[in-house]
Amino acid sequence: MLARAAESLFWLARYMERMDNLARLIEAAQSMAGVLSETEEWRSALAAAGVDELYDTVYDAVTPDSAARFLCTGPDNSSAIIACLDLARINARAMRGALTRDMWEAVNQGWLESRHLTERAFSAETLPDTLDWVRTISTRFSGAYETTMLRNENYWFIRLGTFLERADNTARILDVKYHLLLPQESSGVGGMLDYYQWTSVLRAVSAVRAYQWVYREEVKPWNVAELLMLRPEMPRSLRACYDAITECLEKIAAIHGGRRGECHRIAGAQASQLRYGRIGDIFQSGLHEHLTEQIERAAELGDQIAAHYMR
Amino acid sequence: MRQFFDDMHGTDGEVRAAYAEIATWLAQTPPHALNAKREEAERLFRRIGITFAVYTEGGDTERLIPFDIIPRVLDADEWAFLERGLKQRVTALNLFLADVYGAREIVRAGKLTNEHIDTHPAYCAQMQGVTPPGGVYTHISGIDLVRTGANEFYVLEDNCRTPSGVSYMLENRSVMMRLFPELFARISVEPVARYPQDLLKTLRSVAPSSGEDPCVVVLTPGQFNSAYYEHSFLADEMGVELVEGIDLVVRDKKVFMRTTGGLKRVHVIYRRIDDDFLDPMVFRSDSTLGAFGLMEAYRAGNVALANAPGAGIADDKAIYMHVPEMIRFYLGEEPILNNVPTWDCANEGALAYVLDHLEELVVKETRGSGGYGMLVGPHATKTMRDDFAKKLRLNPTGYVAQPTLALSTCPTFVADGTAPRHVDLRPFVLSGADGIRIVPGGLTRVALTDGSLVVNSSQGGGTKDTWVLHTRQNGGK
Repeated sequence: MLARAAESLFWLARYMERMDNLARLIEAAQSMAGVLSETEEWRSALAAAGVDELYDTVYDAVTPDSAARFLCTGPDNSSAIIACLDLARINARAMRGALTRDMWEAVNQGWLESRHLTERAFSAETLPDTLDWVRTISTRFSGAYETTMLRNENYWFIRLGTFLERADNTARILDVKYHLLLPQESSGVGGMLDYYQWTSVLRAVSAVRAYQWVYREEVKPWNVAELLMLRPEMPRSLRACYDAITECLEKIAAIHGGRRGECHRIAGAQASQLRYGRIGDIFQSGLHEHLTEQIERAAELGDQIAAHYMR
Repeated sequence: MRQFFDDMHGTDGEVRAAYAEIATWLAQTPPHALNAKREEAERLFRRIGITFAVYTEGGDTERLIPFDIIPRVLDADEWAFLERGLKQRVTALNLFLADVYGAREIVRAGKLTNEHIDTHPAYCAQMQGVTPPGGVYTHISGIDLVRTGANEFYVLEDNCRTPSGVSYMLENRSVMMRLFPELFARISVEPVARYPQDLLKTLRSVAPSSGEDPCVVVLTPGQFNSAYYEHSFLADEMGVELVEGIDLVVRDKKVFMRTTGGLKRVHVIYRRIDDDFLDPMVFRSDSTLGAFGLMEAYRAGNVALANAPGAGIADDKAIYMHVPEMIRFYLGEEPILNNVPTWDCANEGALAYVLDHLEELVVKETRGSGGYGMLVGPHATKTMRDDFAKKLRLNPTGYVAQPTLALSTCPTFVADGTAPRHVDLRPFVLSGADGIRIVPGGLTRVALTDGSLVVNSSQGGGTKDTWVLHTRQNGGK
């Protein structure tokens, strides 16, 4: 397939996934802001989206309204939800022929609807509905590609984009919140505040229920970290993402007669580290350091995929 | 009142044989049922049309080209005649192009001058002495025909620079088959759906021999081009890659496309970008639509371009008047299809005649297209004619004039029922190293405004499905 086609499909999937992640992040911030420090919650949402510094150049203070708007439609925020949708559609349109009709309609209809959003759509009262709408678009898109695409190179690049973006996102959320998971001296373990804080991490990746099903005990920080990093059954965990990434890269390599490159090595190394790693060891050697490395590796992997397949 | 030949009723009002079934169908179908079908057609097109419309953003939304549900019908004999004429004409146009860029016999014979050719804006100096693969220059030609009588057809214009519209021909048919399956069951209509396969065969036939299976691509200027839908539609229908300039790279005078598996050799490029943009090394240096070094690869015979650069010199309005002479000169045959008598205003005597007869002539810019920059004398006011006469005296070489033809009409479904509207026909002629292929029919364009002779979609024209009947008489095939 054309290198440009691979690049467009990969980025189409990344922007759709990014948009979905942003919606979850904003939802979590909005629901937790009542319990925890409002400013803290929104600041960490901005940080997880990687736009906190950009935000400070536009606004003087963090308020729920301006933070939510910035993440949704923010002026000059190329990572805002609406900007992601625009970019997703540009990539989809460039490769219209490579998409199934259902995929195209999911992206295009979402984009057409976004043209009619009013200012009110992002006000505190209607924001939850708007975020639901955003998640419907991305769910419809991923449903469309899973159910209608041929399992050819196009499909594997779409999937690759989805899971690399998701891995990056999970690592970022954990990294912004990692300090909440570390043993703290001031507050007694098991306190109400701790419970809410740890739950806020789970909420940001829509994993509160999943936690209960996997652990069947009260929320404990090392379990939260394990769930989001090492558990294969958790669909947004780093482990699950890298399992999918290596599968995609292997399928693509097989199409090209087994030709592999640096991207395959990085993905394989990451996957096995997550498969055989233990959460105790990770806490011991430094959760933050580990997460920083995860983020850097995801970026490097993206660069190497581009170098190997997209030029 | 001028008398026009009607495709369905001729000149005497009797329904012609080819339209017998259509006439019965129209008589038996109440207007509200036809209207329901028209609305359904519009819905179907809007669904396809969504893909047309979304390619332009903001206020500049691309319109759906109106579609008329009453087909235009040609019987088997009429088509056989047109097909012979089209093959003859396009053969001559290809021989003319080979001569222009080769021996220039036509100049030696005194029919055209070297100056005439060399100074022509569509002449491509880089092509001089180059023999393209298969000796074909205009692989895809759109020949615009009009009808003026039962057996009278005229060629209005030749289009040798990657003419568009074929996607409408194909979509019109598929919509008609969905709307009126019972008509197709009753009437034996020649299919058109093989066009993409014919196009692919034609393109593959001119591939340079390299021992590999030839790789064909469609080259588009990109998603913001108004014909992008057609480019992507044709690539998809042929099952070949739709590439942009940035996907192509020339190494060692060979063209490659960047794929996920590395560079892949390209043998034939069906390009939907203009000559000027093909190669920044030899043409416009600011163009990013083509590929640097493409012409070098082409001249080395390592890649085929369809149509060949410089093919536009054959379809120019000032060259047009020489086509009958070309047919006699290159083929030793009498032209089968008529040319419209044309006065070249560059010629002083002709200019005087044109200025004297403006009220009965159509005057066109030789470089114009799409129905712009033209004067339709009989429909113009005196002021418009006077203004145009001034322009004409100022730059006579830029214009040619033709009598206004009595374009035939075809029944068309309009607001107040069925009424005659003027039509033309653009068949698409495919020329490969292995011969000429023409899908029966073409794109019928219809001037939807009462009395209008301008069928261009940019000026209120619509389209119809074109039916060529399959012969079944006397126990024949």
